[in-house]
Amino acid sequence: MKSRNVSEERRSFLKISAVAGGGFILGFPWLLGCESDPLIIETTLAQPNKWYDLTGYLKIGDTGLVTIMSPNPEIGQNVKTSMPMIVAEELEVDWKNVVVEQAPFDESKFERQVAGGSQSIRKSWTALRTAGATAKQILLEAAAKKWGVPVGECKVEKGIVSHPNHESLHYGQLAATIENVQIPIDITLKDPKYFTIIGQGKMNVDMDQIVTGEPLFGIDQAMDALVAMVKRPDGFGMKLASFDDQKTREINGVVDVFKFEEKIAVIAKNTWSAMKGVKALEANYISDEALADSLDISSSLLEVLSQKPKEAKRNDGDVTQAFSEAESIVEKTYEAPFLPHNPLEPMNFYAHITDEKVSLSGPIQTPAWTRNRVAELLGRPEEEISIDMTRMGGGFGRRLYGNYVLELAQIADKLRKPVKIMYSREDEMLSGPFRPASAYTFKAALNKGKITAYHLTGAGVNMSNACRENNFPAGTLANYRVDSHNVKSNIPTGAWRAPITNFLAFAEQAFFDELAEVLSKDPIDLRLELLRNAKDNLVGEVDYEIDKMIGVIELARLKSGWDNAVGKHLGFSVYYSHNTYVAEVAEAQKVNGALKITKVTCAVDCGLVVNPLGAINQIEGGIIDGIGHAMYGDLTFEKGRARQQNFHQYRMIRIDEVPEIDVHFVESLNDPTGLGEPTLPPAGGAIANAIFKATGKRLYRQPFEKEIGVLG
Amino acid sequence: MEKYTLQVNGKLREIEVDEDTPLLWVLRDVLQLCGTKFGCGIAQCGACTVHLDGQAVRSCSIPIASIKDKKITTIEGLDQEGKHPLQEAWRKHDVPQCGYCQAGQIMTAATLIKETKRPTSEQVDQHMRGNLCRCGSYPKIKQAILSINK
Repeated sequence: MKSRNVSEERRSFLKISAVAGGGFILGFPWLLGCESDPLIIETTLAQPNKWYDLTGYLKIGDTGLVTIMSPNPEIGQNVKTSMPMIVAEELEVDWKNVVVEQAPFDESKFERQVAGGSQSIRKSWTALRTAGATAKQILLEAAAKKWGVPVGECKVEKGIVSHPNHESLHYGQLAATIENVQIPIDITLKDPKYFTIIGQGKMNVDMDQIVTGEPLFGIDQAMDALVAMVKRPDGFGMKLASFDDQKTREINGVVDVFKFEEKIAVIAKNTWSAMKGVKALEANYISDEALADSLDISSSLLEVLSQKPKEAKRNDGDVTQAFSEAESIVEKTYEAPFLPHNPLEPMNFYAHITDEKVSLSGPIQTPAWTRNRVAELLGRPEEEISIDMTRMGGGFGRRLYGNYVLELAQIADKLRKPVKIMYSREDEMLSGPFRPASAYTFKAALNKGKITAYHLTGAGVNMSNACRENNFPAGTLANYRVDSHNVKSNIPTGAWRAPITNFLAFAEQAFFDELAEVLSKDPIDLRLELLRNAKDNLVGEVDYEIDKMIGVIELARLKSGWDNAVGKHLGFSVYYSHNTYVAEVAEAQKVNGALKITKVTCAVDCGLVVNPLGAINQIEGGIIDGIGHAMYGDLTFEKGRARQQNFHQYRMIRIDEVPEIDVHFVESLNDPTGLGEPTLPPAGGAIANAIFKATGKRLYRQPFEKEIGVLG
Repeated sequence: MEKYTLQVNGKLREIEVDEDTPLLWVLRDVLQLCGTKFGCGIAQCGACTVHLDGQAVRSCSIPIASIKDKKITTIEGLDQEGKHPLQEAWRKHDVPQCGYCQAGQIMTAATLIKETKRPTSEQVDQHMRGNLCRCGSYPKIKQAILSINK
């Protein structure tokens, strides 16, 4: 076994540090701003007097209690529980003796501290395991050295190291003796067959704070700081011409008003004063560019769909020839509106800027990106800027964009006092970025009961590519072409949970349902026929694995009772995204004359399931999000401004509209893949296809609510 | 600015705020009870739900001047130990995803199980309809409520 000497590597690798006074480091001093009770955990171990820091990911207390750092931002995807579970598994400790701490943003210790693309677990899987296994090996080596025995004779279970001839020692006792241990480099990871923590349902580590209302989120921090709220232009494309702040300044609690960019900041001693201050502003705007309108954007999207771009995204075979020889052609166009993200915790952030440093803290999916932009904006070196990450009240892509932090940085740089920026719900729905509006035309040539050509043309607002040209059905068809158009707009757009595929998957899977109908084939059989044929004759390269896609299709077919669904209105959909395969069967029923989605059966192949409790939550959440936005989500623009500005004008799915959800995993020992997004894309198609069975009506536009009237 | 004496979680609290200040911002900004959350400000999402004399209300839309001597209970005061049957059911069913709406969900659900010992699925739907969960933890919320008194 290769090894490094601990003493030589101490500075970079192994930091042995005692934390004075014992007790937990709960992370953030500003949390003391709110009333809170001490953390209660169900350990039988005493609070440590000393902590020993190992490998950046964990600290071992002298009583055997272990603190594991969760490196990535927690947005509700449950990584704060599942990532430390992976470390604990390889470390061989009892989960009940583990305390989880949110790691600070620190590029010297952690890689990819990002919440996005459903990649946290997949990209950190090996690193987290290696960290846990390395620490375990160090502690085993320490025991072997102390006892003078070969390390191979030492065993560890639940944090206690044993040897036949010696009295067992727990990790806390060994941690004090690791300084001269050789750090092993060749680390053996556990065989997944022997996992005891991974694969077990573990409760959210922040549960107690959540259910008792202890401060936890960005909005709960720095309660004594000033509050900044911002009035932004009345529409995209407008500039601030003049403003009158006299009435604002008369409001009790307002301490300052100033312009920055095209915006006006109101600074107050409390949130309510800031809100009233913004409302009392009188501002005039001028526009020197076109003010966007949803109807015009919709026309532009449809117009470009009939054009052929210079270069195809993918072009297999000869679609033109095949279409000219077709017995029949099926062509359908699907349209999607803009959507706001609407995480329930509005955008907020804390900053205190002085000559020495820039201290930032709050909910952010991309701390590195945000730190870099703040450095550029303020002309400060990155080393002077720190960012702490708070638990986020949802994100769905919104908090990838730290534009609210950049607003705050300008305000805090001027104020030079602790200050928090707060968005109202209206600010959230008016300022964006938004899920871009898009449209797709699918065209298929049919000959002798087969699809002989397939042409997808996509168009999206500010989308460099509105398609996923290497995803299904790529590879299964000899003549296959994908084109994409970008319609530019000054409406800011960005990633929204399962970018692009959150609508594209519905359009594609609804189109396949219609193709099956025209071909008089079972919708599942049609997909399987294409996939099975492609196993021997794959056309070009594709992003997905055919066997895994077949696997989830067959599991969903079996578990939904698809083949014995007499009298039931079932709709099928399957989609691969974020390295995960998902098939869904939805059931629609008419209940007292109203149409209702009553059940969704879902089959998932996400490799090994790290935390089944959290996994089910993500799967159910993604399906419900997919159904809710397909059914009701609609943000429309007039004169550059969103018409829907709060929940009374923007319908979101509620508890009585949620179907029963039945989840099944493909058993797998493969490395885990993403779960935060992949169950959303197929949901829209599954319910659209079920609604067709129940009503005979095909759906081509979201929200479905507008297409089929009020749904029960 | 007006002076008010509030009864919050069994304690008398003296405060001085503008009379139009919503209860939500008194709880959060003045009393620093952060469990009650801001979501919409127009009583549409339920994140700010508290009890006023035992009734579930939206604290974002109740001016402080209208409270008078009504007893206010927030999530922090629902149970001294944090072990209200609903809090325990939330733990057991691992209900939260992001967790932001859950204090409001629990406060709304608490009045249901007080009135109806063993609610049906339909009663849960009807009672909880006013509380949004953007993450879609609805199936778990329902399971947790239905598990009470069973």
